[in-house]
Amino acid sequence: MLTFAVSRLLRAGLTILFVMTFAFVVLRLSGDPALLIMSVDAPPEAIAAFRKAWGLERPLWEQYLAYVGHATTGDFGKSMRDGRPAIELVMERVPATLAITLPALALKIGIGIPAGIYAALHRNTFADRLTMAVSVAGFTMPSFVLALVLVLIFAVTLGWLPASGADSPIHAILPIVTLGTAGAAIMARFTRSAMLEVLGQPYIRAASAKGVTWPRVVARHALPNAAIPTVTIIGFMIGSLVAGAVVVETVFAWPGVGRLLVSAVANRDLSVVQAILMVIAAWMVSANLAVDLAYGWLDPRVRGASAGGH
Amino acid sequence: MAAPLLVLRNLTVDFHNGERLSRAVDIAEFEIGAGEAVGVVGESGSGKSVTWLAALGLLPTRASVGGSVRIDGQELVGAPAATLERLRGKRIAMIFQDPSSCLNPVHRIGWQLSEALGLHRGLESAAAQAEALRLLDQVGIADARRRLSDYPHQLSGGLNQRVMIAMALAGQPDLLVADEPTTALDATIQAQILVLLRTIRRDTGMALVLISHDLGVVAENVDRVAVMYAGRLVEEAMGADLFGAARHPYTQGLLAALPALTGPRQRLTAIPGTVPDPWSVSSGCRFAPRCPVAEPRCAQQPPPSRRIGLLHRAACHLAVEAGRSVWAMPQAAE
Repeated sequence: MLTFAVSRLLRAGLTILFVMTFAFVVLRLSGDPALLIMSVDAPPEAIAAFRKAWGLERPLWEQYLAYVGHATTGDFGKSMRDGRPAIELVMERVPATLAITLPALALKIGIGIPAGIYAALHRNTFADRLTMAVSVAGFTMPSFVLALVLVLIFAVTLGWLPASGADSPIHAILPIVTLGTAGAAIMARFTRSAMLEVLGQPYIRAASAKGVTWPRVVARHALPNAAIPTVTIIGFMIGSLVAGAVVVETVFAWPGVGRLLVSAVANRDLSVVQAILMVIAAWMVSANLAVDLAYGWLDPRVRGASAGGH
Repeated sequence: MAAPLLVLRNLTVDFHNGERLSRAVDIAEFEIGAGEAVGVVGESGSGKSVTWLAALGLLPTRASVGGSVRIDGQELVGAPAATLERLRGKRIAMIFQDPSSCLNPVHRIGWQLSEALGLHRGLESAAAQAEALRLLDQVGIADARRRLSDYPHQLSGGLNQRVMIAMALAGQPDLLVADEPTTALDATIQAQILVLLRTIRRDTGMALVLISHDLGVVAENVDRVAVMYAGRLVEEAMGADLFGAARHPYTQGLLAALPALTGPRQRLTAIPGTVPDPWSVSSGCRFAPRCPVAEPRCAQQPPPSRRIGLLHRAACHLAVEAGRSVWAMPQAAE
């Protein structure tokens, strides 16, 4: 079990290093921040001074080694715009993003899973088809379209909710609903198919044959098995808690990580973009680790396999 | 003779598939006595499993079941779910072909056994644990205490089938339906499981329905054999009668397809053609298209169930003589 944990941690570290390297190289190749930030007609001395201040005149590999070296001590450079530590800029935006993505995740799970289970248990009935039709509509609609439709209905026409901003908890409602809708639809479809797969297994019929009542067959025999594939999707959703709201934050002017990313990219604020990517990567990798652990907890066969690896 | 334990009358099972309807089972009459061991033989798709799933109400909703199945006079067909749930595992238990996929992969063996004991005998925690140990012991599982905390994937197919049998015994049923219990197992394990079923039957006096496509498996383990073809019961006899004096051309065909262990080496006879399409509608004998001695009336009129001897019936228009196989006749050789 220890070898298993160590190998997973090493792999997580490698993934983060890979993301770090990739982000570094690609961002340096994509244009000169000095020209963008200073504007093209700035005096050449000013541009040279900027390059020197940020170390941009040194060879790429030297810059890279320095960056990685600082990163290991938690220093991801300073914002080229306002000179504050990049990681600080990112971290102060995380709570705002989580304030809409966490309730949205609750919505996805709270609506998607019961809807999927209900549809599977009433397979091929009107209720099932209706649920699935609604879910197709839910996840095929792009989030910016849904956002605009919701704004049109609840902010412009009815005037019940604010259209954008983050002044009060009321402002979070439309972003949360927009984020939650597609996820709930995907969750419902996934849960339904996981549930149908399990309900068709021989052990379900065998449980009925031994006299277990249907509600108990569903609750104690089918659900624990259907939970295993469902956890994968929940893991994906947890992984996107930090990074998954870029469009929605932009549409609703929500001051989260997503909007910071958009403005940092537009401003060529390289260290901020890199810091955001690092935070996202670290979060995703942790979510994946959590999913692996959840698998072991839910599925005794996986537990056995990892014990065998030891 | 005492009243039979289980009586099946005019049992029909129809599967709806879109607009089409196919009759998977059509059995006029079948009885099982208390403590009796009956073999049900037929090829896949002959309805031998579906019959028993229908009796227990375990078929999907697109199957409609007609007729009557009674155990000690209590009707099962169309009975409310609560009634069926009380009967399942308690009066009629069933075990299946692939034991490893019939046990829930996320629950321990002990949990699954205790669940059955809780349902049928009201046993909880320590009492259930003790009884689960006894049951595992009864089905010949060594080191039962350790097995209780194992998961199904940690056990072999043979051990899992023993667990399934233990679980079936938990409700102390009057009838055990074993649906191809040894098909998925190795030959040596097969024999062990069959011996185990025999021992348990001797010790508990429960009746057994042994469903198999393997005449050999059935022959040694039951008192009486029923042969099914395309959803119908074609012949029913005591084991010795069937193997010595089969009267239905289909049964004779099955026997002719078995190699003889004694006597000169002979070419095995295969039954030509295939099982009829379940959608096809035929008022006559379902076996007529493949029968070497079929007459015109066979394709039109349903064959009568003729009583040939004590407990020996065959559904055939022709009175085939005992000891004379239709497959050995000149026209069959063509």
